[in-house]
Amino acid sequence: MDTITLNEQSGVKDGVDQDTVDAVREVGGKYKHGWSTDIEMDYAPKGLTPDIVRLISKNNDEPEWLTEWRLAAYDRWLTKTEPTWAMVDYPEIDFQDQYYYARPKSMAVKPKSLDEVDPKLLATYAKLGIPLKEQMILAGIEGAENAPAEGRKVAVDAVFDSVSLGTTFQDELKKAGVIFCSISEAVREHPELVKKYLGTVVPVNDNFYATLNSAVFSDGSFVYVPPGVRCPMELSTYFRINAENTGQFERTLIIADKGSYVSYLEGCTAPQRDESQLHAAVVEIIIEEDAEVKYSTVQNWYPGDENGKGGIYNFVTKRADCRGDRAKVMWTQVETGSAVTWKYPSCILRGDDSQGEFYSIAIANNMQQADTGTKMIHLGKRTKSRIVSKGISAGKAQNTYRGLVSMHPKAKESRNYTQCDSLLIGSECGAHTVPYIEVKNNSSRVEHEATTSKVDDDQLFYCRSRGMDEEEAVALVVNGFCKDVLQALPMEFAMEAQALVAISLEGSVG
Amino acid sequence: MLSIKNLHVKLEDEDKQILKGVNLEVEAGKVHAIMGPNGSGKSTLSYVLSGKGGYEVTDGTAKLEGVDLLDMEPEERAAAGLFLAFQYPVEIPGVGNMTFLRTAVNAQRKARGEEEMSASEFLKVVRAKAKDLQIDAEMLKRPVNMGFSGGEKKRNEILQMAMLEPKMCILDETDSGLDVDAMKLVADGVNALRSEGRGFLVITHYQRLLDHIKPDVVHIMSDGRIIKSGGPELALDVEHNGYADIKAEVA
Ligand SMILES: Nc1ncnc2c1ncn2[C@@H]1O[C@H](COP(=O)(O)OP(=O)(O)OP(=O)(O)O)[C@@H](O)[C@H]1O
Ligand SMILES: [Mg+2]
Repeated sequence: MDTITLNEQSGVKDGVDQDTVDAVREVGGKYKHGWSTDIEMDYAPKGLTPDIVRLISKNNDEPEWLTEWRLAAYDRWLTKTEPTWAMVDYPEIDFQDQYYYARPKSMAVKPKSLDEVDPKLLATYAKLGIPLKEQMILAGIEGAENAPAEGRKVAVDAVFDSVSLGTTFQDELKKAGVIFCSISEAVREHPELVKKYLGTVVPVNDNFYATLNSAVFSDGSFVYVPPGVRCPMELSTYFRINAENTGQFERTLIIADKGSYVSYLEGCTAPQRDESQLHAAVVEIIIEEDAEVKYSTVQNWYPGDENGKGGIYNFVTKRADCRGDRAKVMWTQVETGSAVTWKYPSCILRGDDSQGEFYSIAIANNMQQADTGTKMIHLGKRTKSRIVSKGISAGKAQNTYRGLVSMHPKAKESRNYTQCDSLLIGSECGAHTVPYIEVKNNSSRVEHEATTSKVDDDQLFYCRSRGMDEEEAVALVVNGFCKDVLQALPMEFAMEAQALVAISLEGSVG
Repeated sequence: MLSIKNLHVKLEDEDKQILKGVNLEVEAGKVHAIMGPNGSGKSTLSYVLSGKGGYEVTDGTAKLEGVDLLDMEPEERAAAGLFLAFQYPVEIPGVGNMTFLRTAVNAQRKARGEEEMSASEFLKVVRAKAKDLQIDAEMLKRPVNMGFSGGEKKRNEILQMAMLEPKMCILDETDSGLDVDAMKLVADGVNALRSEGRGFLVITHYQRLLDHIKPDVVHIMSDGRIIKSGGPELALDVEHNGYADIKAEVA
């Protein structure tokens, strides 16, 4: 029909969409990304020693300063203890019983054509929903960059276990002056940038997991947007943990120079395994004067089964530093996976009139535990922050929002608004809100609103009386509850996120 | 179409009997009205028929076209063709009215093994029906019933009914809170759906709705039972004389 206006189309798409429901049906109650790829891997020996740190550094062809930087981090890590303040409970992690480095064997030598690529690796990309051309590029096919692109334009970097497999649309980005590559490549090609910024937002000794990451980070993404450049496409990284007993420690470094803009998406999945797996990433974002960064995450690591067996332990340190005046950052996260989530994407609002926003959906079902939130550190004058957190707990899950809003003495006339809503499905789960507020000047204002509610039986009955089954009804109501956050996501991600909301709540009712 | 026999219902958590032996037969193509004092069990009857939790059926049966309703999940009853226009329509924050409608329509279609309605076809149909009920595009986009006026909520219920094309429609006080013009719109909406294959059970307190939707049969419910049934004149009688005489007559 050609008379439909765009507006009306989006009217159908807002809230839950048929796709959500289809997605639920398709997976038939199973974790969608639970497949594992049987690919021959090269492992470094288990455990963490200075030799392993050196090996990782050597495999990445790193310069001496970085090797030393890692080793210093390793030394610091030995003196640190795991934090215990979060409301999460998990068996002790044996850090010596982990592999710290794994990479697909087939990546040792670059393939010349698709035929030479391990078909299983290609199948992996396909399952991740990466378009074919981008699959070719990721597989390292020579000349793939010049093949015609289909559909959407999103530059992709895929990190498979410890190794970045390649980045798409390099040429086009280069024309715009944007650098988007793996961090190991950045270390080789742009050492001055890496050296200037690495560890300046999340210092080596920041916290136990960040310190560990600094010692052993294997790969991750690097973005640099030069002054005045609006990045011509969305940048996206897919992280996937595949190998067993392997920790993933990726490191992402994003620099938005003066007056630039970039939107960055991060997607994460992992196979279904009985053993828990460790993930400790660090993301650092530097935003200069008048620049803006949007960072969106859809985290769908394997959450473990309904009895709490397996799943990813996700300990992540993400921080953005609004260094220049009028710098802006927006974190949007949809956290549906992981057995344990420990994650507080934060904003340092250093420049005057800088702005930080944090939009979060955290879903915990079955035995999942999520302790997540944000820190808004107001240092500059007239800085603004906004926090919208939607926590959904089902099964026996525990979901904690932990947030800090800090107004420093010099942050005159600054503002924060926090809205924190929790939704409970069933009677065995828990929701907790832990807001810390510090205001050290008298011209700033902090507003905090929090609600906790149960999913409303009358709403569910209303939906069901119109023909939706219970899971559909819950998905619809929960997607409605999350609407404010879903709207903050880029369109393509919003659809995926809605579907995920539905999938992760499966089995939470009835 | 709808056949209710000796239906006894109590509250699940309390020892309180609400329906005490309801018998009712609504034939296809007919409109039956139920009137009765506040608290006599009219809404309870409509809830129990559509499968709301919190009630326990202690005796009796309810069948739609010969199929036992009471064993089915609410969504199965809906797919089988039962529709309840709620006395108090529920608000669902963040869920667009249009999304809600489309999800409902397609859920029922799927359950019946029919093809889903495409987005464009759906839009075409919903716009036409919304126009008849004077529901503007803005209301279709807003979250379900959020901030709707009382009358808008009721018109929205009728829009849902028109979209879902049920076989058996139960309207619980759809006329309450409607202004004169809205009442006419709702009545027109209902009358447009009247057909040979469709039954209606209209719960109301007022004759004025029945001026527009002419009932074939009128029942009086009191204290959990149907105490009297008759033609349209029974509603007029209630309008003029209240329930006292009828109750006394039966007692
Ligand atoms: N869930 C419930 N909990 C407690 N009491 C209930 C419940 N549901 C119904 N009742 C009681 O059952 C009786 C019948 O209620 P119902 O809503 O069916 O009446 P009604 O005929 O629809 O009244 P009205 O004309 O006021 O709408 C009332 O006394 C009501 O308080
Ligand atoms: Mg009632």
